[in-house]
Amino acid sequence: MLWSALSLTLGYNATLVTLGATLLGIATGISGTFLYLRKNALISDAISHATLPGLGAAFLLMTGAGLDGRNLIGLLGGSAISAALGLMIVTWLTTKTRLSQDAAIGSVLSVFFAFGVVLLTVIQALPAGRQAGLETFLLGSTAGMLFNDAVLILVLGAITTSILVLFRRPIILVSFDSTYAQTLGISPQKTDYLVLAVALAVTVIGMKIAGLILIVALLIIAPVAARFWSEKSDTIILISAIFGGLSGYLGTAISATAPGLPTGPIIVLCSFVLFLVSFLLAPRRGVLAAARSFWVFQRTVHMTQGLLSIAQNQPIYEPKTKRILQRRGFIRADGVATQAGRALAAKTLLNERRWSFWRNKMQQTGDLDESIVYSLVSIETKLTHDQIESIDRGLSEEQQERV
Amino acid sequence: MGSDFVALSLPPLLIGLCASMACALPGNFLILRKQALIGDAISHVVLPGIVVAFLFTGQVSTWPMMIGAAGAAITAVLLIELIRRVGRIESGAAMGVIFTSMFAAGVLLLEQSDTSQVHLDVEHALFGNLESLIWLDAEGWASLFQIKALAGLPVELLRMATVLLAVSAFVYIFWRPLALICFDEPYARTRGIAATALGFALVTLTAIAAVAAFDAVGSIIVIAMIICPPATARLMVNSLRSQVIYSQVLAFMATVLGYMFAGYVPLWLGFSNTLSAAGMIASMSGVFLACAALFGPHRRRNI
Repeated sequence: MLWSALSLTLGYNATLVTLGATLLGIATGISGTFLYLRKNALISDAISHATLPGLGAAFLLMTGAGLDGRNLIGLLGGSAISAALGLMIVTWLTTKTRLSQDAAIGSVLSVFFAFGVVLLTVIQALPAGRQAGLETFLLGSTAGMLFNDAVLILVLGAITTSILVLFRRPIILVSFDSTYAQTLGISPQKTDYLVLAVALAVTVIGMKIAGLILIVALLIIAPVAARFWSEKSDTIILISAIFGGLSGYLGTAISATAPGLPTGPIIVLCSFVLFLVSFLLAPRRGVLAAARSFWVFQRTVHMTQGLLSIAQNQPIYEPKTKRILQRRGFIRADGVATQAGRALAAKTLLNERRWSFWRNKMQQTGDLDESIVYSLVSIETKLTHDQIESIDRGLSEEQQERV
Repeated sequence: MGSDFVALSLPPLLIGLCASMACALPGNFLILRKQALIGDAISHVVLPGIVVAFLFTGQVSTWPMMIGAAGAAITAVLLIELIRRVGRIESGAAMGVIFTSMFAAGVLLLEQSDTSQVHLDVEHALFGNLESLIWLDAEGWASLFQIKALAGLPVELLRMATVLLAVSAFVYIFWRPLALICFDEPYARTRGIAATALGFALVTLTAIAAVAAFDAVGSIIVIAMIICPPATARLMVNSLRSQVIYSQVLAFMATVLGYMFAGYVPLWLGFSNTLSAAGMIASMSGVFLACAALFGPHRRRNI
């Protein structure tokens, strides 16, 4: 069952929905990355909750006009209008009043959502049977999705994705250096509006599949996960798109296999698994990599300090230093240095002397890299042969003066 | 205003009042510390907490669910801190990752477990069941003075009132340090205030208020009340003391007006159904905020 869902052979509608969710994941992955890089991630929370009153109002209007209240285009249109209104209020509150952005986001999302709930109770009071299906927008559902709806989601997802790909350059420029972007004639404000508009479009399109409460997860989790893997904006966007698309694809496929598996939560949990993998395993920024480099650093400090003590004939007291040196065969169990230990100790001391001479006498301003603890790295890997020679000359002169 | 009011409307109204005021009180400090969205995060993660508690006990009973919800809230706060520090992720995004994932897990657990016998679903978690908290033993205003009838009051009322008292006591006792960590945390630290611990206590207390309120009135009121009345008050006055007092008055007014608009006005207008009280109360607090944002004397930034 899972295999046939994954290989898109579960029927025409299921295939369309899976493709739609994949595209949706890609689009949210990309637009979410821009929001995240602009430190705007949680604004998507306001957008998604602000869709509810528009959904309810559109339903009421269409029913009142004698049309089918469940027409997807009408519902999505209504949601888009109220979400845009919510977004404008957040921006207005943040820029024109002294409320901070988080308070603006929180108040808009709670009040809009609450008003949407009031409208839902109005809809529930309508004659039975006509209101069915509206609550699926809360948590998302692809079961019983109409063919036309699936096509609509597919087409809109494709359009938003291509807009993002087209405008990728200016958006990246603004995300990283808005002042520089301005000198190139790109308006940061307009670019922000473009990103927000696309995020809004993606939210509204994805509502039917992922549900309006959880669509925000797609805009946040994939970009955060992607950020662990790279420092380059293009790569982050690409990885985020892949993560988003993968969660949409896997989530929809898994949820199609059993009736009790709602689409939205499964998609979100798929992307959370991707986040967890990134958080733990990513090179450099991942937890394991960070822990490993910390451990290596600690060991190097202990080694260096211990070897320096040996070279200067001082006793070693620190038990951890002793343990590390002993395990490597540089000292014996009674604390006396071995042959290999003495040799390396002499080398370490020389390295230390060369570095301190360079730092005190020869270093030019701007040479110093704060992120390196100099005495822990071999001087041969950082300075040229000529530089080391002149350091040695200086050191021997210094010694003669002392004699 | 006869016996019907006392039996059917007074208890939900009082519970709503206690819940709104208990949430608005810590909200004053949270919005100043730019932690307003903590309430949003907490009310989402409460869902997996109560579902897990239900799966363990097999019934909808108050205490296990409160413990489950509180446990989930604290887990979420710790997880957010963990990925913020260890993963070097900005706090808003860290929050977004955790609360959406936990909420998704809660929904999935709920759908997978057999809850058809009990009243436990996502809608209930969001909207609460304020209208159903009625006082069957009441026969009129006189019942308020009869011990036998008072024993039949909904338990939620006593619980919410206790939480309101606890929150008020906390704010009263720690008033000065709380004010200091809101406006000038580095200075507060130099005065020997344990700012981190106090900040955590504030969040924990908010979580307790949110969890207690959540059971009675749903998460919509919780999120709206933590943010809207304090934000409204902030646009109207300039001192913390008046802001706190205004926020309490606003929470009170929003609850009374909202309850009236949901439960009575539709009937007066000739409709046969009432509207969601929780939704209406939260909407009312939004109306107040809108007015303050347009006309409040201190709505602009001080230059």
